[in-house]
Amino acid sequence: MQELDTAGLGSVRVTRQSDKVVILEKDLVTEQMVLAMGPQHPSTHGVLKLECLTDGEVITEAEPCLGYLHRCFEKCCENVDYPAVVPYTDRLDYLAGMNSEFAYAITVEKLLDIEIPRRVEFIRVIVAELNRIASHLVAIGTYGIDLGAFTPFLFCFRDREIILGLLEWASGARMLYNYIWIGGLAYDVPADFLKRVREFVTYFRPKALELSNLLTENEIFVKRTWGIGIMPADVAVNYGWSGPMLRGSGVKWDLRRNDPYSIYPELDFKVPVPDGKYSIIGDCLSRHLVRAWEMDESLKIIEQCIDKMPSAEGFNSRSAIPKRIRPKAGEVYGRAENPRGELGFYIESDGKSTKPLRCKARSSCFVNLSAMKDLSKGQLIPDLVAIIGSIDIVLGEVDR
Amino acid sequence: MEEGKVFSQSLQESAAAYSIIHEKFGEAISPLDANETMPFFEVVDTLRWTEIALFMREHPKLKFNYLACLSGVDYPAQQKVGIVCNFESLALLNHKLSVKVKCDRDGGSIPSVACVWHTANWHEREAYDMFGMTFTGHPELKRILCPDDWEGYPLRKDYKVQEKYHGIKVPY
Repeated sequence: MQELDTAGLGSVRVTRQSDKVVILEKDLVTEQMVLAMGPQHPSTHGVLKLECLTDGEVITEAEPCLGYLHRCFEKCCENVDYPAVVPYTDRLDYLAGMNSEFAYAITVEKLLDIEIPRRVEFIRVIVAELNRIASHLVAIGTYGIDLGAFTPFLFCFRDREIILGLLEWASGARMLYNYIWIGGLAYDVPADFLKRVREFVTYFRPKALELSNLLTENEIFVKRTWGIGIMPADVAVNYGWSGPMLRGSGVKWDLRRNDPYSIYPELDFKVPVPDGKYSIIGDCLSRHLVRAWEMDESLKIIEQCIDKMPSAEGFNSRSAIPKRIRPKAGEVYGRAENPRGELGFYIESDGKSTKPLRCKARSSCFVNLSAMKDLSKGQLIPDLVAIIGSIDIVLGEVDR
Repeated sequence: MEEGKVFSQSLQESAAAYSIIHEKFGEAISPLDANETMPFFEVVDTLRWTEIALFMREHPKLKFNYLACLSGVDYPAQQKVGIVCNFESLALLNHKLSVKVKCDRDGGSIPSVACVWHTANWHEREAYDMFGMTFTGHPELKRILCPDDWEGYPLRKDYKVQEKYHGIKVPY
């Protein structure tokens, strides 16, 4: 890689004539070529198109073109009642439906001033953290594929399958749940659900270690990601990065800790940030490491929730749901920590209608991806694939 | 802020931040709308928006280094379109404040803040795409989610979808 790098930047041609004579040609004219990556390129994780201007193997500019999956979520919201928006939020980040629903529910609840039963809060956190692990497993698995490692992907999907099974048991759906409703939940969790979740936690701990042996400590993987696509902390903040991307740049910022919602203040968990021991702070490997570490923290959160969970006696998951959801007039910006960063909703209510006047989704992937142009400048084409993979985009959320 | 009412700490912080901006810009900005869910002020003198934005980012007691969200909004009753920006001082001072900027519905323009926060670049493009206001000084103002040759601005309240797009029937 390094040899290619210097050869590409310096447009120099070296021709060996004999042992002693070498012809060196400087300032050769090179021709730039437009290379379209996508929208059907597997390494873009969906229908993203990157228009790359390349000089040999080096990318001089990569411009993301979006909108292939645009459904105008925001227009849909203006035409349905508040509770009917929940299924649409599933379809934003379809790998982390529970987290999207959670973010939307807490945003509307801010306008409603209702008290949520404690058991509901615990169940919400458990399913959201389970979904976070499932989402990170996809992120890590597909990242492996991007860089040529196929086995970790199969390991990840095997374990993700168990989580999807658990969530299907609770909600009835595998990916698009419609489970967390405004003011409550669709159903209480089934009997024995918590037992199974605890079994999963015990099962998954060693598997996570196995995964890290297989991928994170793999020399080829490290060489492909170490020092690639470095983003300094202040630029990351200016770009509006959030979630594992921002933490990968060394900013200790987690909405569950810094702008707490639900029962997160009662729970004990760490916010992992890279310390520069295993990676250069802000590179692709840092972002991968943060995701790997976060899975461990999620397991801890789930365990604590199971321990502290109030009993199901006399519990009705729909008891706090208003008959007719008509928030007071006003505006609110609510957000939650999704696996990919800050998912926010800006909602404006006129106080009369049961439909939102405006509902804007602030998508974490959309914002994270906007730095692509800067990140890709001067990188090699294979490194570009490593960078896109580390951003971990879900096009459903980018395009909305 | 009204007297005799108990305000949350985050609202007090927002009000303190607002008073610093108000001191500098005076009549260019409206009074603070001190609600609990999203305290905001409006920029009255739209042309000074970029200047205000830079002041908000750079002042040592404000340090709004993080633009969380920028949403376009349609106000058909006032014949205006506008943007709502949610700011935060991330990991520094931890206070929040929101700003509204409005312009005329037909051919109106708002100064761009893409040079102040990179986040605004794509968000302003999205607002232009959906509502049709232009952002003066934006590095590359073009549609982002809809195709370049799409007609109309989808999120306006009176939007009618076009009949045909390249010979394909659009309304289903």
